[in-house]
Amino acid sequence: MKLKTFKIGGVHPPENKMAASTPIEALAIPKRVSIPLSQHIGAPAVPVVKKGDDVKVGTLIAKGESFISANIHSSVSGRVFAIDTVTDTTGYKVKAVIIDVEGDVWDESIIRTPELAKEIKLEPADIVAKIKSSGIVGLGGACFPTHVKFMVPEGKKVDTLVINAVECEPYLTADHRIMLERTEEILVGIEIMKKALKVSRAIVGIEANKPDAIAKMEKVASDFPGTEIQPLKVQYPQGAEKQLIKAALNREVPSGKLPLDVGCVVNNVGTALAIYEAVQKNKPLFERVVTVTGKKIKRTANFLVRIGTPVEALVEAVGGIPEGTEKIVNGGPMMGKAVVSPEISVTKGTSGIIFFDKSEAKRKKVSNCIRCAKCVTVCAMGLQPYLLEKLAEKNNWEELEKLSVTDCIECGSCSYTCPSARPILDLIRLGKANVNRIRWERSKK
Amino acid sequence: MDGIILYSVISLGTVAAVSAIVLFVIAKKFKVEEDPRIDMIAELLPGANCGGCGYPGCRGLAEALVKAADAGSIAGMNCAPAGGEQMAKIGKALGLEVTALEPTVAVLLCGGTHEKAPKKTDYDGPSKCSIAHTVSCGDKGCPYGCLGLGDCVTVCAFGAMYMDEKTGLPVIIEEKCVSCGACVKACPRKLIEIRPQGRKSRRVWVNCRNTEKGATAMKVCKAACIGCGKCVKECPEKVQAITLDNFLAYIDPKKCIACGKCIVVCPTKAISATFEPPAPKPKPVEEPVKSEKKEEVKEQQQI
Repeated sequence: MKLKTFKIGGVHPPENKMAASTPIEALAIPKRVSIPLSQHIGAPAVPVVKKGDDVKVGTLIAKGESFISANIHSSVSGRVFAIDTVTDTTGYKVKAVIIDVEGDVWDESIIRTPELAKEIKLEPADIVAKIKSSGIVGLGGACFPTHVKFMVPEGKKVDTLVINAVECEPYLTADHRIMLERTEEILVGIEIMKKALKVSRAIVGIEANKPDAIAKMEKVASDFPGTEIQPLKVQYPQGAEKQLIKAALNREVPSGKLPLDVGCVVNNVGTALAIYEAVQKNKPLFERVVTVTGKKIKRTANFLVRIGTPVEALVEAVGGIPEGTEKIVNGGPMMGKAVVSPEISVTKGTSGIIFFDKSEAKRKKVSNCIRCAKCVTVCAMGLQPYLLEKLAEKNNWEELEKLSVTDCIECGSCSYTCPSARPILDLIRLGKANVNRIRWERSKK
Repeated sequence: MDGIILYSVISLGTVAAVSAIVLFVIAKKFKVEEDPRIDMIAELLPGANCGGCGYPGCRGLAEALVKAADAGSIAGMNCAPAGGEQMAKIGKALGLEVTALEPTVAVLLCGGTHEKAPKKTDYDGPSKCSIAHTVSCGDKGCPYGCLGLGDCVTVCAFGAMYMDEKTGLPVIIEEKCVSCGACVKACPRKLIEIRPQGRKSRRVWVNCRNTEKGATAMKVCKAACIGCGKCVKECPEKVQAITLDNFLAYIDPKKCIACGKCIVVCPTKAISATFEPPAPKPKPVEEPVKSEKKEEVKEQQQI
């Protein structure tokens, strides 16, 4: 049988999923955590604790006050040391709540029993409220506040819930592991989402390089009518919302529109688990699974990490930074960001920490574009990356806008495939930023 | 053979004559009446088409000036490259009184040289500040400082800037700078400010934009403003040109009298000037070394 996938573009980088067979293990709680107030897309959360306050695991420490924002909870118990600026992945300064850890006392409202809670007692509106108060954001990496996705505007109809279990980024295995180890909980989480959206159909898209996860999910899903498991051909960037909808449902999201416009809501499989824990166990989002991997590393790992743990702690747990490491990446190798210092902390969006040596990290020497059109072939959005790059180099923002540069999902397939090693995506990103700025200025007028 | 040449000359000549007549008639009939003053003003402008005035090129500004003059005033419109005197001439040509503006110059607000802010990471992406700024805080680790990739140098249409290889920072050549503001717009970190040239080119400014606490700022750059406030206290009571906000001092060029007292007290030497600061209060022993260093700094600034 031919496996489904999206129709245009895509690449297949070496998978390198070395950590796939390593079970999830809980990482020891560090002595101090710094929890950034802006771990999501949208306005930063406003702190509700002050220096010297005692907090428990799960205590609300910052409130998301605007429409697109998310609550933030303490991941440890202890005392607030300071609310200060810390360095984020890219080296810029962000506000964070720094907590000194004392013991591990959980908030009384969190149910810590391991039994599966299958019965969904809450009504749809209450589920959405619970998701909002638990500070759940999309755990695929973009960190869009999840509750916003469930507020379907009037006039729009949703018929299918799409669960993103693709994990198309090479190296990463966090989603793979939770599908194997927390299968029932994920499927109950999907039931909760179906109830909140009032839909009866859910499709879970899993790439074919995870046969064990597909088998396990299929076996358990037979108890949950309306939830289908859809194996997909391995193809990057299938984990992008629009590509996944095309692959699983053969629906095309038009330019500038949302999945809602074609009757879909897409959520990550990690988010499904977080929603289960929030709704059934009253546990806010304060920990996540992070893959720590690399070719030269002593051992690969999938850690269950408290948010705010310094990356240093993860590095130590796998035996230190391997020799010859040139670059540490936060996230996947295709879309992740280079870490400026291991002092940075794990946030809700940290899906992996990957170590690269010189051969993988260094950019190749840039040469002239030879018009081979490989970038055009692999662009999953049907754009013309070579042309966008040239126009961005010439600061021709008007023309870039006409060529739909803002449709670019920044997957990086063009830069990956370019035989001349041109910095295509870097320049497209610059173009996108400028087009967005121009549009914003225009809307102000 | 002769016939061919003759026929060609006659036929082509006829075509040319007819075309000339048609073009002449059209040019006369559909002539666009244009104010002759526009051409005149455009000639008075530098013709660099830098866009610093906000209009599309020098002719765009000339048209706008004529239009504004008809409305009564050209106040607020200025061509920085032309300079105050030339603007006064333009005003005169348009029959208006224009008071010459104080001459200004672009000033870099970062002292993060290779020596003061050593590189901590490697950046091997495209050599553009605008891109490096979106990727990370830069190889020096300072999210406020100069990235040293020279976007400002690239946009300067007057050759008034160059990158100093030794320091890794751009240098502004005062004589050539016309303060068009192109570099101000090009810098993703807003590190270039247009400041008054000052009397006898005497200027003092805080050479930093880091708004972090002293300790955090010093971690990445030894020349950072740590917000200690010593300069604020040193500034003469009648002047009070220095304000401290978010651990960063700012010298108001309109108030500053360029006495140079603040330069001496700054513990990180984050205050720069175009002149030799007054001799520091006598106390440290390693004095001669210090003053040598200062001279070096001064020289670099004046290039």
